[in-house]
Amino acid sequence: MNTLLEFKNVSLTYQTYTDEITAIDDLSFSIDRGEFVSFIGPSGCGKTTILSLVAGLIKPTSGKIILGGREIQKPDGNLGYMLQKDQLFPWRTIEKNVILPLEILRKNTSKNREYANDLLDKYGLKNFKKYYPDQLSGGMRQRVALIRTMVYRPDLLLLDEPFSALDYQTRLQVCDDVYKIIKAENKTAILVTHDITEAISMSDKIIVLTSRPASLMAIHKPHIIGDTPIKKRESEEFSGWFEKIWKELN
Amino acid sequence: MKAQEKKFSKYHYLYTRKIKRDKAITVILQVFILVLFLGLWELLAYLNVIDSFVTSCPSKIVKTIGVLITENNLFYHMGITLYETIMGFLIAVFLGYVIALILWWSERARKVLEPYIVVLNSLPKIALGPIIIVWFGSGSKAIIFMAILIGIIVAIITMLNGFLATDKEKILLLKSMGANKFQILSKLVVPGSFPTFISMLKISVGMAWIGSIMGEYLVSRAGLGYLIVYGGQVFKLDLVMAATVVLCMLATVMYLIVAMLEKCIIKYKN
Repeated sequence: MNTLLEFKNVSLTYQTYTDEITAIDDLSFSIDRGEFVSFIGPSGCGKTTILSLVAGLIKPTSGKIILGGREIQKPDGNLGYMLQKDQLFPWRTIEKNVILPLEILRKNTSKNREYANDLLDKYGLKNFKKYYPDQLSGGMRQRVALIRTMVYRPDLLLLDEPFSALDYQTRLQVCDDVYKIIKAENKTAILVTHDITEAISMSDKIIVLTSRPASLMAIHKPHIIGDTPIKKRESEEFSGWFEKIWKELN
Repeated sequence: MKAQEKKFSKYHYLYTRKIKRDKAITVILQVFILVLFLGLWELLAYLNVIDSFVTSCPSKIVKTIGVLITENNLFYHMGITLYETIMGFLIAVFLGYVIALILWWSERARKVLEPYIVVLNSLPKIALGPIIIVWFGSGSKAIIFMAILIGIIVAIITMLNGFLATDKEKILLLKSMGANKFQILSKLVVPGSFPTFISMLKISVGMAWIGSIMGEYLVSRAGLGYLIVYGGQVFKLDLVMAATVVLCMLATVMYLIVAMLEKCIIKYKN
């Protein structure tokens, strides 16, 4: 089987003192190895909740989540989480920021450090290893954040609107960079976004969610021609897909 | 490196000159205020406009300090107060930090102990003076205890707020990597709250001085606080003023040491 992640009839209900909120209702889908999948849906529909479930930070009220053949129990360093802000630690150099997960997972071996080093070299951060995060631009910092999620070779990358804090120009560029890096390293990735164009230009598969409680509305596989997100944005089918998903969301 | 090679326009020269001039004016004004204040004080006392028996005057203060050094062993009194203050400061900072860590770690402990901390914080610690005397006698021990008592609550509250202000998303990130609570503490919460730690040190220096002098007012046979109270009781205002001036200088030096420590550490980190 080539399936990496599977949701089977997953539901989640939040408890608050005065209320009970169903965030996710009977959601099922599967993701193959090497796929780039986007979740898109109205804001507040529980997209981020899905990532928290996959990360094992919260447990579903019912249903099963299977990652790599095993049911997810708790975070075990098998996935990399990338957030809206880069969340680099300002008191650590770029080099030290990147090996943070290795320290946490007690995998801080010279071999792994070398791998981290190689990734930094490969993706244009060779001369910035000794710098502190606030000396780098927003786009570079997001690249560092991405490399940090990859140094421990997780099976799956979770991207929670990682571009939305960047200005438009930088966003397109970083979008391209991230896409290239993920494809080059042959990673499986889940992207959560509210930007339809971002979802279309990056994804092999787009999962459209309904408003809360989130359930499945549609799954698309836009096979758009182009090597990179920026190229894909220029293709003819792009606007067709945009209109289609736009209508579904409204 | 590059800054040296770069040629600046005359506007840059004017700009830096203005900054330098502003700085110089500030220092001049600061010195001026001090000189004016001391000069006026001395003059008015000399002309008998004010009664120097009650107000003392700068020349008498200097003389008294001289006498204190030669005849009354000023350095012994300074040493006693300094010892009490530093001990009170170090113990309050250490215990405050550890207790704040425990309260960060256990939400239950935090919730349970909250009302007690609030009460202890609002209680004027000086009210506990008689109890402290009964328990610890009238030596340095009682005064150090007073200094700790006054400093520790603020140290705990400041530090705990610093720990709790840790970015939730960074905690989430570490958790997603599989970090346990101790790793979150050591990799994120402790280094991240370093600026709070420094400001806590600065606050605690002040608190330790309040504690030690207050303690000496209540109960002591030596120290700067003792000299001040003694001087007041026998109506020797020269002594009161002289001891206060020495105290001012000591407190400033101690604050500067903490401030310098901060600069050194920040430099070392970068």
